[in-house]
Amino acid sequence: MTTVSSAAPTRRDFLYIATGAVGAVGVAATLVPLISQMNPDASTIAAGAPIDVDLSPIADGQIIKVFWRSKPIFIFHRTKHDIELAKDVNVSTLRDPEPDSARVKPGHEEWLVVIGICTHLGCIPLPHEGQYDGWFCPCHGSQYDSSGRIRQGPAPKNLYLPPYEFVSNTRIRIGVESGTTA
Amino acid sequence: MSGPSTYQPQNGFLKWLERRLPIGGLIHSSFIAYPTPRNLNYWWTFGGILAFMLGVQMITGIVLAMHYTPNVNLAFDSVEAIMRDVNYGWLLRYVHANGASMFFLAVYIHIFRGLYYGSYKEPREVLWILGVILYLLMMATGFLGYVLVWGQMSFWAATVITNLFSAIPGIGDAVVTWLWGGYAVGNPTLNRFYSLHYLLPFVIAGVVVLHVWALHVVGQNNPAGIEPKSDKDTVPFTPYATVKDSFMIACFCIVFAWLVFYVPNYLVHSDNYIPADPAVTPSEIVPEWYYLPFYAILRSIPNKLLGVIALFSSIIILAFLPWLDTSRVRSARYRPLFRQFFWLFVISAVGLGYLGSKPPEGIYVILSRIFTLYYFAFFLIILPLLGIFERTKALPNSISESVLKAKA
Repeated sequence: MTTVSSAAPTRRDFLYIATGAVGAVGVAATLVPLISQMNPDASTIAAGAPIDVDLSPIADGQIIKVFWRSKPIFIFHRTKHDIELAKDVNVSTLRDPEPDSARVKPGHEEWLVVIGICTHLGCIPLPHEGQYDGWFCPCHGSQYDSSGRIRQGPAPKNLYLPPYEFVSNTRIRIGVESGTTA
Repeated sequence: MSGPSTYQPQNGFLKWLERRLPIGGLIHSSFIAYPTPRNLNYWWTFGGILAFMLGVQMITGIVLAMHYTPNVNLAFDSVEAIMRDVNYGWLLRYVHANGASMFFLAVYIHIFRGLYYGSYKEPREVLWILGVILYLLMMATGFLGYVLVWGQMSFWAATVITNLFSAIPGIGDAVVTWLWGGYAVGNPTLNRFYSLHYLLPFVIAGVVVLHVWALHVVGQNNPAGIEPKSDKDTVPFTPYATVKDSFMIACFCIVFAWLVFYVPNYLVHSDNYIPADPAVTPSEIVPEWYYLPFYAILRSIPNKLLGVIALFSSIIILAFLPWLDTSRVRSARYRPLFRQFFWLFVISAVGLGYLGSKPPEGIYVILSRIFTLYYFAFFLIILPLLGIFERTKALPNSISESVLKAKA
């Protein structure tokens, strides 16, 4: 028998491709709920609503930890010394270059609010430890300064800033920024 | 012994069954008449030991699941209830927890044996790759199970390991949230880990069937690294291999029993007896001993993404070993240079394990970098070049000749 020319598609070729295409679409559609069910559910998202924190009991130099969306948030009441140290750094030498002014709200620079999760692999850094007047991560040795910026160790980024705003001079709302919900 | 006998059932029912489902013949040809090289040493018994350990883990695991509660508020207490209240619960849990360690001990010996005798070489590449897949599945299962205890080390191991995926550029954070089912490791994470920890052993069992199937197609390698040529080179699986395997399983169980009954917490970090606390990271965080070499590789690289890539590459590279080793001689017995580099590799792998348990500072970091470098150089530089430059010793003509010469 001579070879069948593949140049001439038959009705059967069309049916194979059409069947395969319908099957592929069906599989893709089935995967949507199977993959989506693993994302945060409605109750988890609802529990992630903004929270208010009263800053008045936090003493000078004190770091407190609050939880928002199961994440620890560090609130650092920085002393003048802490602020000077944070500003007295050549920004271009940093791994993740950010001036101190970009890490605090204007007019509230004594308050540093950061997510207390090491940007390396998610451990919680220890406050007032390490050589940079900030945090030290016990897992793999990352060190952060008094502005929460990475200074030493394997972490690639500065401690992330949560969305927050000042409701008054002594009260912040975490989870909201300039009127929009995060 | 003459060649393999064929299965001829005498019993009337077995004859009837054999014509409808030839399972008796399959068992007979796989585990009774199956010809094994006559020169196998005790390092070849670890396949049987691994099958035995999989059975131990599945039986104890299924029973433990009858008493365990996968909920963040109840998990830790339900494990303690197993230890204190459930009849023989302490025994079942200690067997399961230490069984994981013994399982990994056996698999590491099994892997090093394959490396030493060149068991990954043509025509056993698929057999070897199935083994690498089994090892990966074991690592995943072991990690998931460790999290279920929901102590401090469980929680932070889950946090650190899931965060490895945050290193993926662009979609990393979304992937991690998806794995967690929340904004941090929490109840949805524990629930899905439990489901997967129950599933994966059955996947492992399935791949074991493929592994044994592939083994029985190509036949076992042996210490001489040459193929059997005649009936003189082989002995039947039963009684020779069955007895040898059983004896070694019994010896292995002595060590296992010593762990379970005398030092059941020797390999457990004491922090894991503190309930999980998302607010506090333990001051020193280390994984289970069987992951330490890879943890040391991760930490030896001061860049997050590259560290994670090195961690995964160090395991995946094993799958490419059949093509990285260019030498046609299998057994290290006839490869004097390879043998030296092999033992250096063992030292660096074990050394990385030791360094993974040490804090990441000073001399420990420098040593982990040296060992990590050697780990990759062994596969990527030494093995490809050795095949070209090494002068191997003369191979024996047959397995029986190598055995009889050694005796003379």
